[in-house]
Parts: sequence; C-alpha cells; structure tokens
Amino acid sequence: MATNFTPEVEAYAKAEMTRQPLVLHKRDLAWVTQKICGIVEEPTPTWWWIAFLITASLSVLTVGGVAYLISTGVGVWGLNHPVGWAWDITNFVFWIGIGHAGTLISAILYLTRQKWRTAVNRASEAMTLFAVVCAGIFPGVHVGRIWMVWFLAPVPQANAIWPNFRSPLLWDVFAVSTYFTVSVLFWYVGLVPDLATLRDRAKTKLRKWIYGLLSLGWRGGNRQWRHYEMAYMILAGISTPLVLSVHSVVSFDFATSVIPGWHTTIFPPYFVAGAIFGGFAMVLTILLPFRAIYHLEDIVTVKHVEVMCKIILLTGTIVGYAYLMELFIAWYGANPNERYAFYNRALGPYWWAYWSMMFCNVIAPQFFWFKALRTNIVIVWVIVQFPNIGMWFERFVIIVTSIHRDYLPSSWGMFHPSITDILTFVGTFGIFLTLFLLFVRFLPMIAIAEVKAVLPQADPHHHAEEETHVHSSQK
Amino acid sequence: MSILAKNSEGQSVEIYAIGAEFPSAAAVFEAAQKVRDQGFKWWDVYSSYPIHGMDAAMGLGKSWVSAISLAGAATGLTTAVLLQTIPSVFIYPMIVQGKPYFSLPAFFPIMFELTVLFTAFATVFGMFTVNLLPRLHHPIFNWERFCQKATDDGFFIVIEVADPRYSETDTPKLLESLGASNITLIPRD
Repeated sequence: MATNFTPEVEAYAKAEMTRQPLVLHKRDLAWVTQKICGIVEEPTPTWWWIAFLITASLSVLTVGGVAYLISTGVGVWGLNHPVGWAWDITNFVFWIGIGHAGTLISAILYLTRQKWRTAVNRASEAMTLFAVVCAGIFPGVHVGRIWMVWFLAPVPQANAIWPNFRSPLLWDVFAVSTYFTVSVLFWYVGLVPDLATLRDRAKTKLRKWIYGLLSLGWRGGNRQWRHYEMAYMILAGISTPLVLSVHSVVSFDFATSVIPGWHTTIFPPYFVAGAIFGGFAMVLTILLPFRAIYHLEDIVTVKHVEVMCKIILLTGTIVGYAYLMELFIAWYGANPNERYAFYNRALGPYWWAYWSMMFCNVIAPQFFWFKALRTNIVIVWVIVQFPNIGMWFERFVIIVTSIHRDYLPSSWGMFHPSITDILTFVGTFGIFLTLFLLFVRFLPMIAIAEVKAVLPQADPHHHAEEETHVHSSQK
Repeated sequence: MSILAKNSEGQSVEIYAIGAEFPSAAAVFEAAQKVRDQGFKWWDVYSSYPIHGMDAAMGLGKSWVSAISLAGAATGLTTAVLLQTIPSVFIYPMIVQGKPYFSLPAFFPIMFELTVLFTAFATVFGMFTVNLLPRLHHPIFNWERFCQKATDDGFFIVIEVADPRYSETDTPKLLESLGASNITLIPRD
C-alpha cells in the first residue's frame, strides 16, 4: 500500500504537486476589486498625460499620411509596377496578425480550461480590437479612389456588377469585418460585470450614470450568470474557428494567386502560427510595462509571463518549420520559377529582409528554452521585440520579394518605400498606443470577475476540499 | 396581494423581497441548496463572479441561450447562401475565373463568416434579452448593502415576496438558520 511513506515524504510530495496559485499572496475578492478599479479611479497620473501626448502626436502621422494619399493619389507611396502591393498590405497583415493573440487567449484558452488566461485576456482582447483598427486603415485606403470603396460591399447598384464572391479579396472583407465585430461583442460581454463593479463604486453622479448605462443594469444574480456563462462559452466556441479562419483567409489572398512563392498550400497554418506568435510578442511588449507601473505582479505573475513565452517558443518554432518546409518544397517541387523565388528571397537584393526575418522569428525565441531567461522580465521584454520586428519583415519578404521578380525577367523591378509610406506606418503605432492608453484609463484592464473566479476561496467546495486533504494525510 | 412594511419614517412601503448576506462562497452555496430544497421559486443568489456548480445548487437547468445561437447560425448560413447564389446564378450570371455560376467551394468562406457573425449577434443580444437587460433600475438596488458589496465581494440570497413559499415569519428564520447576516426587507420603490 502507498500508506508506508513517512509524513516528511508525503509533505514533500504534496508541496511538489501543489500548483502555484494564479493570484499570489492569498489575495481576497475585495483586494482584486480595489486593485483593478483603483487604476481607473485614481486621478490621471502625469506619466499618462505625457505618454498620451506622445502617442497622440504620433498618430497624427497616419492621419496626415492618409489625407495626403487620398488628396493626391497612390503615387505618394513607393509602390509601382511590378510591386503593386508593398507596405500597405504588409502593414495590414502585420496588424491583423497581432490581433490573434487576444482571441486565442479569450477563446481557445477558455475552451481548453487554461485558467491563467483570466489575468491577461481583457488587455489582449483590447489589443485585438485596436490592432484590427490599425489594420483596417490600409486596405481601406490602398484602393486609390477611396470614394469607390463601397464597391467591396454587396450592394445592389446601377452598374449591374456585384462583388465576385469567388475572390479571396472579398472573402477577406467578410473575414476581417466579422472578426472585428465578433471581437467587439466578446470583449463587451466580458466587460459588463466589471462595468457594474465600477458603477457600484462610482463616487460622482456622472460616473455612476455612464458606467450604469454601459453595464446595462447588470445585477450579478446567478439566474443572469447562468445565461451569461452559456453565451460566453458559445462566443468562445465560435471565436475559435473564427480566429483560425481570419488569417487563413488573409493567406488565401496570396495562396490562390499564381505568383511563385505565394502559390503554396502551407500558407494558412503557417500564417495562423505566425499571427499567434507575433500577437503574443505584442501582448508581452505592452503588458509588461503596465504590469510594472501598476504593480500587478500578484495578478500577472512571473508564471503567466513564462507560459506566454512558451507559446512564443512553440509558435516561433512552427514558423521556423514552415520557413524550412517552404525551402524544401521549392527544391523538391522542381519548379524553376518556385526555386528561383526562394533563392531570390535568401540571396537576392532583399537578402537583408529575409535574414532579419529568419533571425528574429526563428533564432531569437529559442532563448525561451531557458527558464532563467523566461522568468527574467527585462530579458523577456527585450527578446519579444525580435518577433515584433521579425513578423513585419516576414510579411514584407512574402509580399515584396515574391512580386518584384516573377515569371518575366523583363518586368523585374525594385521597391523603395517613400517617406509617406514610412510615416503612415509609424503613425499606426501612435493610434494603437493611444487607444490602449485610453482603454487603461477608462476601463478595467484586467477582467475582475474572471480573476475572482479563479481564486481558491471562490470555489464553493474550497473548505471541504482542504479538510479531505488533512484527513487523507492523517490516515 | 402586496406585502407592506414600515420604513424608518414610519410610512408603510411595499416590499419587493427579503435579502440576506452570507460570508463566503461555500456558505452561500450550502444555503442555496437548502433554499432550493424548501421549494422556493422566486429567488436568486448574487455574487461578483459566477460560482461553479451554483446552477445545480439552485435547481436551475441548462441555459437555453444556445437555442437562440443555433437559430442565429441557421439564419447566417441561409443569408450567406442566398447572398452569394442569387446574384451569382440568377441576377448577374457571369463566368469569372472559368468557374461555374454556382461555385459552392468558393462560397464556403463567406458562408462560414456569416454563420459566425449571426451566431455572435444572436448569442449576445439573446443573452441580454433572456436576462431582461438592459434595464435602468431594479428594486434590488434599493438595498444599500447590496449595492456596496454585490459586485465587490458580497454573497447574497434574495427571496421575492411574490414567492408562494414566502412567509413573513418563517423566511427570515430560515435565512438566519442558514448563517445569514444583514437580513433586510427590500422596498419595491
């Protein structure tokens, strides 16, 4: 029988097997409320105004760039024949990919019962929305004559032309707009109970009124929670295939064409893995400074950071596998155009972009094999900058190096970004960060109700369970 | 028949429900089971987060929001099929990319997206409708203690006076015997 162990051995085994709590220092429910609502309720800190001023000024670059583009024409960008898609679509795919981490955390990790997600899901979902906002700018304005953009929508019209439903570009319109809408709904449903908490704590009439309206009169009765939890689960259930579909559809934009380097079946899974990889890097990039500023170490613990690093390591390795498989198939497929496309990527005029991508996405995350590096917050923050950069280069490599030299050598050419290209892209970081700063200021940046639900004392069988442990060790 | 009680100024006010506070999730869970076993129907357990297993402890079945979601999914799928088929086959038939008018595989992505979109709308709006939200006011907010604690760290059981099992004398005693504190009559307005 297994009862022959000494009490010391049993105590050791129990200590080894006990999971680290998700919220440290045995915090109680009221502490969680106070900690997270306190961020929204405190007077606006000076650093916030400074940061806001910087990011808001930065976002003017995009506004100005887009205004210049629309008023003058697409000639203000560096793209030209043969590179008809360049930074615009690169930036679009880059930003839309960043959104994927938020949905992965909110949906897939919910279905797989990963309880640590509760500490990071709200901020990541907010990032999803803001990243999709940034992404949406580029396809919107790259059409050239933006007043014709309604041609994308299936509206009955006098031209007797409907959008071509067999085109991946149209699928993309549906995929991205569905993704944005569903993400907003999911995010808002999650916010409602927390907005009710802010409403009940509001000191001024105006705050009470605004948060009261936004929380829709939520009361927190179990008869409400019952439907709420079902709705939450269904949203997670439909968001899971949705998040996998969005970047798959984005990859169809390329994969269904006949350009060498694009026409490959590996694209959908490879794009999805890359999106999650880049998304988690951005989540850590943004979340770690706020964790330090607001002293959220007990909620977003080192363990949380470590788990996210492991996901980055996994998805980065999948991306590395995809890069190598692309090379292998290009060689094995024996198609001279396909072979040349990959030879040109690695050793052609854009070799620096290819090798930046390789280093940032494949080599850099391998440092996360080491626990000492995964658990050092400063090192983690530095390492995750590489995927951020690398994923942009990946899209640049896929798009520009494939179309700058296709089948006809007589139509080969080079792409050089214009200053408008560069400033418009830089400005999107301003938009992204401005929206995030506003979110942190006015909405609970951590899901209060969900963090409470993973506290040990939140479980109605908490005490009963402890007693049985005591009994079994006494036997 | 409405139940009246005297307020602090001596006026008689109509009572909505009786409320009681519990110290922990475990306490409110056990109390809910007892209240359920007493046969109460018009009552609810309030907490700042969904308590695991409380549906069974209250004797509630599975939420039927999923049925609304399914209806939304069917609507979305039908919409997508019609949206793509009617123009491509009937109104503006045109050969594009050498594909047939009715090119089902190429219609799949939008069928999927609209199914998801309509399901999400049906789920969210269905859930709020079933929960009778949005709502500007509710009698339970007349209980000050509830407003302070319910979305923070409080656990409450509220039994409406409309419940056929409600008794002015026995129900407070029942709640007291279950370990409740702050047993309060909540006025309707």
